[in-house]
Amino acid sequence: MISRRDFLQAALAASAIWGGSGTGRWARLAAQQQLSQDQLLEFPDFGNVTLIHITDIHAQLKPIWFREPEINLGVGEARGKVPHVTGAEFLKLYGITPGSPEAYALTYEDFVALARTYGKMGGLDRVATVIKSIRAARPDALLLDGGDTWQGSLTALRTAGQDMVNVMNALKPDAMTAHWEFTLGIDRVNEIVESLPFPMLGANIFDAEWEEPAYEPYKMFEVGGAQVAVIGQAFPYLPIANPKWMFPGLSFGIREERMAEVVQEVRDAGADLVVVLSHNGFDVDRKMAARVPGIDVILTGHTHDALPEPVLVGETILIASGSNGKFVSRVDLDVRDGRMMGFRHKLIPIFSDVIQPDAEIAALIDEQRAPYKSELEEVLGTSESLLYRRGNFNGTWDDLICNALIEEREADIALSPGFRWGPSLLPGEPITREDLFNVTSMSYPQAYRTEMTGEVLHTVLEDVADNLFNPDPYYQQGGDMVRVGGMGYRIGITKPQGSRISDMTLLKTGEPIDPNRSYVVAGWASVNEGTEGPAIWDLVESWIRRKGTVTIDPNNSVKVVGA
Amino acid sequence: MKLNRREALAIGLGGIAATMLPMPAMASTVEELMAEFAGGAEIGEGGITLTAPEIAENGNTVPVSVSAPGAEAIMLLATGNPTPPVATFRFGPAAGSQSASTRIRLAKTQDVIALAKMADGSVVKTQATVKVTIGGCGG
Repeated sequence: MISRRDFLQAALAASAIWGGSGTGRWARLAAQQQLSQDQLLEFPDFGNVTLIHITDIHAQLKPIWFREPEINLGVGEARGKVPHVTGAEFLKLYGITPGSPEAYALTYEDFVALARTYGKMGGLDRVATVIKSIRAARPDALLLDGGDTWQGSLTALRTAGQDMVNVMNALKPDAMTAHWEFTLGIDRVNEIVESLPFPMLGANIFDAEWEEPAYEPYKMFEVGGAQVAVIGQAFPYLPIANPKWMFPGLSFGIREERMAEVVQEVRDAGADLVVVLSHNGFDVDRKMAARVPGIDVILTGHTHDALPEPVLVGETILIASGSNGKFVSRVDLDVRDGRMMGFRHKLIPIFSDVIQPDAEIAALIDEQRAPYKSELEEVLGTSESLLYRRGNFNGTWDDLICNALIEEREADIALSPGFRWGPSLLPGEPITREDLFNVTSMSYPQAYRTEMTGEVLHTVLEDVADNLFNPDPYYQQGGDMVRVGGMGYRIGITKPQGSRISDMTLLKTGEPIDPNRSYVVAGWASVNEGTEGPAIWDLVESWIRRKGTVTIDPNNSVKVVGA
Repeated sequence: MKLNRREALAIGLGGIAATMLPMPAMASTVEELMAEFAGGAEIGEGGITLTAPEIAENGNTVPVSVSAPGAEAIMLLATGNPTPPVATFRFGPAAGSQSASTRIRLAKTQDVIALAKMADGSVVKTQATVKVTIGGCGG
């Protein structure tokens, strides 16, 4: 008798036609240097269950540029493993030809030239076309939204997420989980959740006082004759990484024991397939998959990784579907006799010039945006540089924001949070208000001005660095390093907390940071209640208008050791 | 240790036979406290489960629960606090289960240690690192 593991491995080999290392379809598509909608959607049905996964859309209704990170370092057991493989190494690992559409979609190299060749990606009207095509083949396919859906644009901010709710509802998801959703405030979240025609799932969301489950942990679906349990796992560190006063009374956490209990509960209730719709972040999910038995599929989210092949951990497959609407994953599964017998997977890149927009959803999107059209389109200035956010230590968008903070608030040093959301902008393009909101839009935007001693600054950097580089993924929060303007430093990523950060230097004088001296620090997105200051987008807008044309100098102020 | 300061909200009593005794307020080291609790027995592993968040949402009130089937007593220590002893739970013969939940204040990132003394005098230990962080830069 062939074991379940053998089946999985056989299936993985079979799935190599879509993404096998060196021989995969990705490489062949690249060789052809052409794409068609049919190619992107091509997928011989497999098994009896289909999952469609999209996550971390961050309210991007329209196609965007999105440069993937150059620096994405793994530590501990994740060192050198996906998703901590970037650029040429990534292309080599998956057999993708440099300069191909897939190289453009999945890596950062030669981004500007490839962007001009292959066009913008994403757009929920294109995503709708993909979903409808999958449903035409598999009417009972489950559409699962991994969260970070209702935040990240001007229209989502102005409508408190309603624009996204309206468009997503039209796509008919079967379930979602959450992270940034909660920064709309608990009352608004509950108001929306009550209105949704599908559940928001979060097995790890608890009432903080009584330690009782606060949201539905899972939902059971009958698909292709099989019982499919979808368990939700919200972002574990919401009250730490985001302002907890916006959702008082809720407690989150990884809660591994709780996940194991819920998996057992759904198995006992007859689940043939257990799917976790997760906002843990990839490394956390990889650890959880190894420690909690009985999970067949984890649809990962939060860390914005896009992987063209599933990662196999024991008998669990991990699917990483990118962010900002750039990708949709289709996973077909053969589920029989209470087991997953095999799978076929495809990460579908949403090339917006190749995939036809769905007319109905395109109209619905235009309707959401219409009241804000002139506000969105107003040009604030021009960028001569490529503006992007992703990268462990800095990105040009945050360099721009830090420059604006230092000048507008007359500060020595600027701090910008290590968010991973926010699309890119090509050199020479006008910066519209929409572009600015796409990288700043959120519910606690106050740009503060304060004084910190060198010692406090060091503590802050050490604290954030440990959120990113703690060798145990369960202690990682999934953001990038806080971006620093006006100050350089050296970081030894493999050192323990307290000794990673050294050589802090005030850039304007070249002098070492004095632990006992106070420095004027400007920043934004503090999690502290009552933070005062102008909204970051107003501050940056005045700065861009004053400059007219913006150029970002190369940023070499962070020296990385141990990568 | 003073119970009211610890904001001990919920004690999962295994029936009426469990009592929670405040520890004597002496500045003993963690090693001394463990040795005293073990009473000369070698400290082993297994048979005790400590559940604590990896990262505290609020360092002033961190939910912690501990379970050790068959234990007569369980001691909780917060190794990084100025006063490490948190509580010792004692379970009488009528206790339905040997588990307890409480909330503790953690001054900084540290290991929380739980020791259980079994009916046969053997002692087991487990521990968990709870991080207390400034927060604010996720995702």
